[in-house]
Amino acid sequence: MRFFEYEAREIVKRAGIPVTDYGFTTDATEAAQIAQRIGGPTVIKSQVLTGGRMKAGGVKFADTPEQAEAHARDILALEINGHMPRGVLVDPRAEVAQEYYAGVVWDGTRKQPVMIFSPVGGIDIEQVAEQQPDKVGRRHFSNILPFSEFEAKEVIAATGVTGAALNRLVPIVTKLARVFVEHDMTLAEINPLGQLAGRSPIGGSFVALDAHMEIENEARGRHKGLLADLGVGDEETRQAREATPFELAGEEVDAQDHRGVAGNVTEFDGNLGLVIGAGGGSLTLFDAVRAHGGKPANYCEIGGNPSVAKACGLAKLVLQKPGVERIAVMMSIVSNTRVDIVARGVIKACLELGMDPAEKIAIFRIPGAWEEEGFKILEKYGVEYADRSVSLNEAARRAVEKIQGAPA
Amino acid sequence: MSILIDADTTFIVQGITGREAVNLTRECLDYGVGAKVVGGVTPGRLGREVHGVPVFDTVAQAVAHHGAQIDGSVVTVPPAFTKDAVFEAIENGIELIVIVTERIPRGDVAQMVELATLRKARIIGPNCLGIIVPDVIKMGGIGGPARNAAQAYTPGPIGVISRSGGMTTEMSSTLSAAGLGQSTAVSIGGDAIIGCSYAELMPLFEADEQTQGIVIYTEPGGRMEAELARWVTENKSRLPIVAFMAGRFMDEMPGMSFGHAGTIVEGIQDTASEKIARLAQAGITVAERIEDIPGMIRAKIEQGSPV
Repeated sequence: MRFFEYEAREIVKRAGIPVTDYGFTTDATEAAQIAQRIGGPTVIKSQVLTGGRMKAGGVKFADTPEQAEAHARDILALEINGHMPRGVLVDPRAEVAQEYYAGVVWDGTRKQPVMIFSPVGGIDIEQVAEQQPDKVGRRHFSNILPFSEFEAKEVIAATGVTGAALNRLVPIVTKLARVFVEHDMTLAEINPLGQLAGRSPIGGSFVALDAHMEIENEARGRHKGLLADLGVGDEETRQAREATPFELAGEEVDAQDHRGVAGNVTEFDGNLGLVIGAGGGSLTLFDAVRAHGGKPANYCEIGGNPSVAKACGLAKLVLQKPGVERIAVMMSIVSNTRVDIVARGVIKACLELGMDPAEKIAIFRIPGAWEEEGFKILEKYGVEYADRSVSLNEAARRAVEKIQGAPA
Repeated sequence: MSILIDADTTFIVQGITGREAVNLTRECLDYGVGAKVVGGVTPGRLGREVHGVPVFDTVAQAVAHHGAQIDGSVVTVPPAFTKDAVFEAIENGIELIVIVTERIPRGDVAQMVELATLRKARIIGPNCLGIIVPDVIKMGGIGGPARNAAQAYTPGPIGVISRSGGMTTEMSSTLSAAGLGQSTAVSIGGDAIIGCSYAELMPLFEADEQTQGIVIYTEPGGRMEAELARWVTENKSRLPIVAFMAGRFMDEMPGMSFGHAGTIVEGIQDTASEKIARLAQAGITVAERIEDIPGMIRAKIEQGSPV
């Protein structure tokens, strides 16, 4: 889950990394008050979970509180890439001598976190890595040994940074690495990390001017305190796309009991409803339907032997989705999920909606555990079914063929 | 022969009294020549039995009862307790750990993997179904009940490696139907960080005389395919590889995860199309459809040249 900038800055601040004296607000009048308190030129920044806000006009500079208020009003009403801002950040415009970059991410191949540091900040680090590779330092660190400051020192020194700057940067990068580990993050980035202009002691010191952080969803349960402090509710998933009512209804179906999974419903706008599984099977089947020119109405996953009620609930949801002409019930060979239970669930769904299973179910292709029992039920209702001798791809083809033959 | 496990492999099941673990234990005992499940661990349940397998409070008790080193453990405890369970297994001399549990934060997984590396142990998973040597032994829920597993898996020359548990069985079944059995099939898990990637299993298959070709199932997300491509190129592998890539549609939906936790397109290298190109460059054939795989791998084996 991605944090908004104002939340990431708060995390950075709590870790003891210097930040500017910014303020967050959802109200333009309050933005003027914050600018007044700051007492100088400010930057008004849209708080959205999407990139490219600068280009979109989501970052504006103000010299007076009145300007700050006007900019805040504009930005609060500005949609960026389909996202409305959560609020605005009012930030003092710091006099910066140089912008640096510091970040920590996972390296899935080495299976360790890797610190990335560069004296060239303020732009995308991947761009720096491409154009000035000698200006980017990387260093992995252990998952089980305590993080030690020399590790931060090494990655900074490797980019040619020395002198007072090096000594001031070591504690910052160290704290960032520790924040990453302690909060189960998948990304912790300060960019730009500004070195202030002017004379010592203010000049030459460092301050985080923007931060980007993501916490792993699986670990949210152990950071309840932090999330509560930041005002992040349990229901906030912050997916790349906000859940639609259809998707929320899918979550409800899955949550009705704890037996197995019949969920992860994602909405598409086609006419072929999919009741598919499991993880890899769903990915394969979705591709196959599209490869044959089919238009899926949804993505979903069944697995772990869900109850009849859940399979039924999922099938009903998909059958009732506007535009759905038929459903295809397909899975890779099952060994835990029972074929007969899914068969019963989808037939029950059709019957309860007053639909003919033989008409509405384009194909049922789930081979594996309890298939004889399942196929018997399907036969009784005249539903076309297939065993493992029919590939996932062929099953998808048959389903698409039936839809294309159906009246639009 | 096989990789990782054989008829003599002894293992325990950690979390053995859970519903899924009870079934899994039954399945392993019933399959092939019958797995040597020498004990189970659930704290507080010392003295019980699960299908005749004695239950202990600690791994140390299980090892003491067995009277010799135990080769492996299947870990099925809830995510919050998995790290401790795996550490316990490793510190008691267990060298092969199959983690079934899903939804473990990757920081925990990375810690387990690092300790395993230090102790010369190997982790398969998490979020996997385990390992099967057709007609001999299975370690984990892979293939399901013995009868179902026997229907899908047959002995033969193909090594199977898959990021999806269910698709391990789907692909092996397709191979079996075409007369191509499997030397060993490994469900490596669907998470972003896993104990053993394709490239880390390749040396074992390379050293296994029975194995003549490799079939892999892959998905968007992560750099595991790039790592395999590099390994194959650098090591002049004798083994031809055919890959199947699912989730091609995800390229149009960056930042969203489908199927498994590890399938999120975070950068250009994570996309299906980029991976397909990378695999192809290394001489790995990428199949469009699963039913094409048996013909492709057979042709490559008969050509006698991996690339």
